[in-house]
Formats: sequence, C-alpha cells, structure tokens
Amino acid sequence: MSLRQRAVKELEIQKTLVALPPRQIYPSTAALAVATPVLSVLVALVIAAIILFLSGKDAFFILTEIVHTSFIQNFSETVVKAIPLTLAALGVSLAFRARLWNIGAEGQFYGGVLVATALALGFPGLPAPVIIPLMVAGGLLGGAIWGLLPGLLRAWLDVNEIISSLMLNYVALLLTDYFIFGPWRDPKGFNFPVTATFSDAARLPVLVTNTRIHLGLVFAIIAAALVWLLVSRTKWGFELKVMGDNLKAARYAGINITRNIVIAFLLSGALAGLAGMSEVTGIAGRLQQNLSPGYGYTAIIIAWLARLNPWAIILVAVLFGGLVSSGFTMQRVGVSSGLVTLLQGIVLFCVLGGESLYRRLLYQAALRRSNQGSNQGPDQLKDKES
Amino acid sequence: MADIDVVKTLASAVVAGTPVLYATLGEILTERSGVLNLGLEGMMLVGGMAGFAATAATGNVFIGVAVSLIAGAALALVHAFFTVSIGVNQVVSGLSLTLVGTGIASYFGKPLVGQAAKDSFQTLPIPLLSDIPVIGPILFTQNLFVYFSFLLVPALFYFIYRTRPGLNLRAVGESPSTADAQGISVIGTRYLYTLLGGALVGMGGASISLGSNPNWQENITAGRGWIAVGLVIFALWNPWRAFVGAYLFGGMEAFQFSLQVAGVPISSYFLRMLPYLLTIAALVFTQWRLKDQTGRASSAAPSGLGLFYLRRERG
Repeated sequence: MSLRQRAVKELEIQKTLVALPPRQIYPSTAALAVATPVLSVLVALVIAAIILFLSGKDAFFILTEIVHTSFIQNFSETVVKAIPLTLAALGVSLAFRARLWNIGAEGQFYGGVLVATALALGFPGLPAPVIIPLMVAGGLLGGAIWGLLPGLLRAWLDVNEIISSLMLNYVALLLTDYFIFGPWRDPKGFNFPVTATFSDAARLPVLVTNTRIHLGLVFAIIAAALVWLLVSRTKWGFELKVMGDNLKAARYAGINITRNIVIAFLLSGALAGLAGMSEVTGIAGRLQQNLSPGYGYTAIIIAWLARLNPWAIILVAVLFGGLVSSGFTMQRVGVSSGLVTLLQGIVLFCVLGGESLYRRLLYQAALRRSNQGSNQGPDQLKDKES
Repeated sequence: MADIDVVKTLASAVVAGTPVLYATLGEILTERSGVLNLGLEGMMLVGGMAGFAATAATGNVFIGVAVSLIAGAALALVHAFFTVSIGVNQVVSGLSLTLVGTGIASYFGKPLVGQAAKDSFQTLPIPLLSDIPVIGPILFTQNLFVYFSFLLVPALFYFIYRTRPGLNLRAVGESPSTADAQGISVIGTRYLYTLLGGALVGMGGASISLGSNPNWQENITAGRGWIAVGLVIFALWNPWRAFVGAYLFGGMEAFQFSLQVAGVPISSYFLRMLPYLLTIAALVFTQWRLKDQTGRASSAAPSGLGLFYLRRERG
C-alpha cells in the first residue's frame, strides 16, 4: 500500500469522524435526541428499583406512584417545574455551545431572584403592566451580573470558568440568606426567614385555571425560539459554534473571542436569572429559603441531554420536571429525595455511555469499511510499514 | 480584632485545611495521569458517609477510614470506566459523578443525619513536639488525619518527581501517545491513578465526618470538593503547593469563624462567602502570574488533561 493510498484511507476515516461531531452523532438527530433520554430514564428507573429493593422498600409501588403522580395526576406541576428548567437550560446551552462550562446557573438563578425581589418589595404600588416588564428586565439583569465575573475572568486571564462560576453559586446562596434573615425579613412573618408577600400586581398571572402554570411558560417558549434563531440563523451563533469546535481556528478566522466569551456568559446568566425571576414571582410570591431544588444543576443535564437543541430542551425539561416534582412524591411515601439527585446522575451516565459506545461503533465501522476497500486488515498494513 | 486567639485560629486552620488537602492531593494524582475528575464533591460526600456508616456499624474508626477509601475509589472507577475506556467527555462525566455521589450520600445517609460518630480520630498531642511554643499547639496537637497528611505531601512529591512510576505517570498525562510508544500502559496508568486519587478524596470526606466534625449532616462538605478542584490549579499540580493552598483555604475558614466569634459587625453571611471568594482570587492570582511569565493567558495543566486517548490503528 503506497503512502498515497494510506493517506487517502486515513482521510476517509477522518472524514467519517469529522462528519459526526460528538453532539450530532445520530443519523436522525431530532428523533434520537428525544428517544435517548427517554430510554435512559427507563434504565435509570430500573437502577432506582434495584436501589429501593436493596434498601427494603416496595420499589414497584413507589416507582409507579412517582410516574403516575408526575405524568398523569399532577402533570401541571411537572410543567410548572419545567418552566425554570427550560429557561436555565437554554442559558447554559448557549455557553456550552462555545464549550464554555458555565455551571453557575444556580447562582445566576438567584441573581435574577434577588433583583426581581428587590423590585417587587421596593415598588409595591406599581400596576402589573409596569412592574412585570420591570421585573423581567431585572431578572435578566441580575442573572447577567452573576454571569459577568466568570465570563470576564475567563476571557481576560483564562481563569477556569467551572470553578469561578460554581464558587459564585455558594456566594449567591449566602447572599440570599443574608437578605431573608436580615434586611428583607418580613416583620409579620413570625420570625420565619421569608420576605413579605409580593403585591398581586407583582405576581405572574396564572395561565391555566386550577393549576400553578404561569406566564413563565410563555417566557420559556419565546426564549427557546429566540435562542434557536440566535444559534442557527445569526453570525454570532455560528461564531459560538466555531469557538466550541476549535478555539484556535476561531482565533485565526478573526472571531473576537474575548468579546464573545463575555457575551455568552452574560446571555447565559440572563436566561438563568429570568428562570429565577419567574419562579419567585410566578410560584412562591415571596423570597424564601430553598427556592430552587437545584434547578441550575439539573439545567446542565437537560442542556447536555438535549444536545443543546433549544426545542429538545423543552421536551427534556418536561421529563426532568417530572423527576424534580417526584421529589415531593418520594417524601410522601417515605423515601429520601436524595434519590432524585441520584437518578439524575444515573440518567446522565446512561446517555453519555450510550452515546460514546455508539460513536465507538461508528468509528470501528468506518475503520472496517475503509479496510475492506483496500482488502487489507490493519495488521497486514502494520507489517508492511515496518 | 484583639479578641482573636491567633494560635487557636491557626490550629483550626490546619483542621479545616486537611480535608481539602486530601481532596487536592487525590485530584493532583488523577489529573497528572490526564484524567480530569470533577466529581470530587460527590466522592468526598460518599467517602464521608460510607466511613461514618461503617464506623457506626463496627465501632472502629480504622474500618471506617478503610471503607471511605474504598468508597471513593469505587466512585472513581465509574468515572474511569466512562472517560478512559469509552471516551465520555470528562467534564460531563465528572458532573454526573457529583450528582450520583451527592444523591448516594443523601439517600443512604438519611438515617445517619444528626448522629454523632461512634468512634473518631481524637486530638492526639505528639509528646515533646506538642510542647514547643506556638508550633506545638498548631501542628502537633491534632488528629491522625492531620499527621498522616504531613507524611503524604512529601511522599507524593517524591513519588511524582523522583521515581520511575512517577515519571511514567507524568508522561501519560503530558503525552499519552509518547508514553504508549514507550510501552507504558496509558489505560492501566489512568485507571490506577484515578482510583488512587478517588480513594484519597474519599478519605478527605472521612477526615470531616470522622475527624474535624464527627457527626453526620447532609452536604457536610459545603463545596470543599469544588474548592479542591480549584486548588489543584492554584497548586500547579504540585503537592507542596497544594499544602499551601489547602492551608490558605483552611486559614480563611478559621479566620472568618474567629471573626464571627469575636463579634465583628459584619454579617456572618458575608464572612462565610470569604473562602469561596478566596478560591476565585487564588485562581486569578495563578493565571495572572502565568500571564506575567509567559506573556499570554495559558495554563500549567498536563497537556493531555481532559483528552480521551484512543490508540488509533495506523494503516
């Protein structure tokens, strides 16, 4: 086999691989983007059943109860949980597209919560058409502020954004505690760490009667559409993708990387902040402890499982909304809600494993195909080489 | 400020720094082989919980520590399988590991919440050394976890920089293909050090639940696993610098607590932010120094860190 033939063959393999970047490895991405998480949830449920069985619980009863409650009886609650999850996941998906690991969505969520709460408490007399747009802007701003520092540090000094964004999660939680235990504590709240209840005007209106589904649902769908437009129809969206695929190539192509990193973090944080704003004004109606059961972390899984596709994010968010709301079902039937976190991790591992194995199979198939073309196996080739 | 007992604060800095030190050292070993494991928080929690549960069951703290080592290594094995064998993105696998670990510790630790450890490493003053003024009470009136970490740091430094297996470890992390060509098993090395690192991280968790704070609470680590990931960067993957970083963190932790006790007029919520902000500051400092030396933003990480190694068939 001549050098030229070898080079051609290597190129064939490379082409097959390049044509199948990690995020879009499936022939039919859209269908499998939904099928894979569903399958993974099933596998995770089996593992959960084993764990429950091992700890002496009635696994079948508990799991059917969870599925029944989350997806049939109380589906509206699942949608309610899917609202902040969608918004936050859309946010992290923007950063992930450029391979920026923003795992500070939890803190950015609270950034939005704090600004929205400040507005609601500060202007109790404003009518809804004024205060709600104001709070939307405030939520976006608060999240963006919280995303700014990791973005700036990454752009300026290449400071690891995983650590900086994560550390700010803890800072945001402490800052929230400071406000609800301190200056914002409701004097009429019997010493509970909660703020006063927001005025009715400062509550997001309910969309579906007899449920808690609120205007945030519209925000989430609009945001998905905007993110889709941004990433698939604008130059900036394309620049992000190039940065994610090859930062060096992006630099040589003249893309302003420093600016894009900061903007990606700002937008990413803003969407998580909007999630926080919609949760505090749409559901809680006041600031209290544990407003988020880890939405910001779950959002990371959702974004990844949906392969950063904005529409898939909505669907996966509903699935995970069911998982999050099952935490309350679990407590009712006497199971620690730690199982929810565990399940989320297992689902992610299942998807990642399946994806990687699939990619390996494709690689081997590509290798075989190109070997058949030359009627020579790799071993024979090696002999000739030496 | 006059109310702060300096010696006592420094002694508690050592106590607070030790769990982070173990986690940082473990992650240094793992990352030196080219595997980035972000699951530290989860592994620490599981190590701490499993060690605590084993001690509660057997009444023997040594068995507890052994179990924490095994528990940390077991979780690390999951990460090794997914990243080293089948090439899952290391960042995402590490994040899932954090979730799995946090979930396991929360689910299986539920019945233990609020219990005091049946047995733990008590403060054990070393004869003679502990009588030295200032240094004695700070360094030599501590528990076994602390003393063992004093031995571990130079041992690891020697191992990584002065021995053959240490050289192989660094080679695998810097250039896996070269190491492979040298006949070093890249996959074997990565598995080995991911497991060893995980074991140390697990013990780091136990050094909280069976050492500095011998009772079980949910989320007992409060982000220390993540702080350790940051300190690895600050330490430039060097055990000695990990020592400095961990005690810097411990010092901040102890200092803010002393300030709270002394009743300074700053809200304790702001004081408790300091260790997290310090971690960011430490990273900024590290990167700024690197930029100063190399003239551009860069990293001192092993070149192969985070990259999947697949031996490609040539032909």
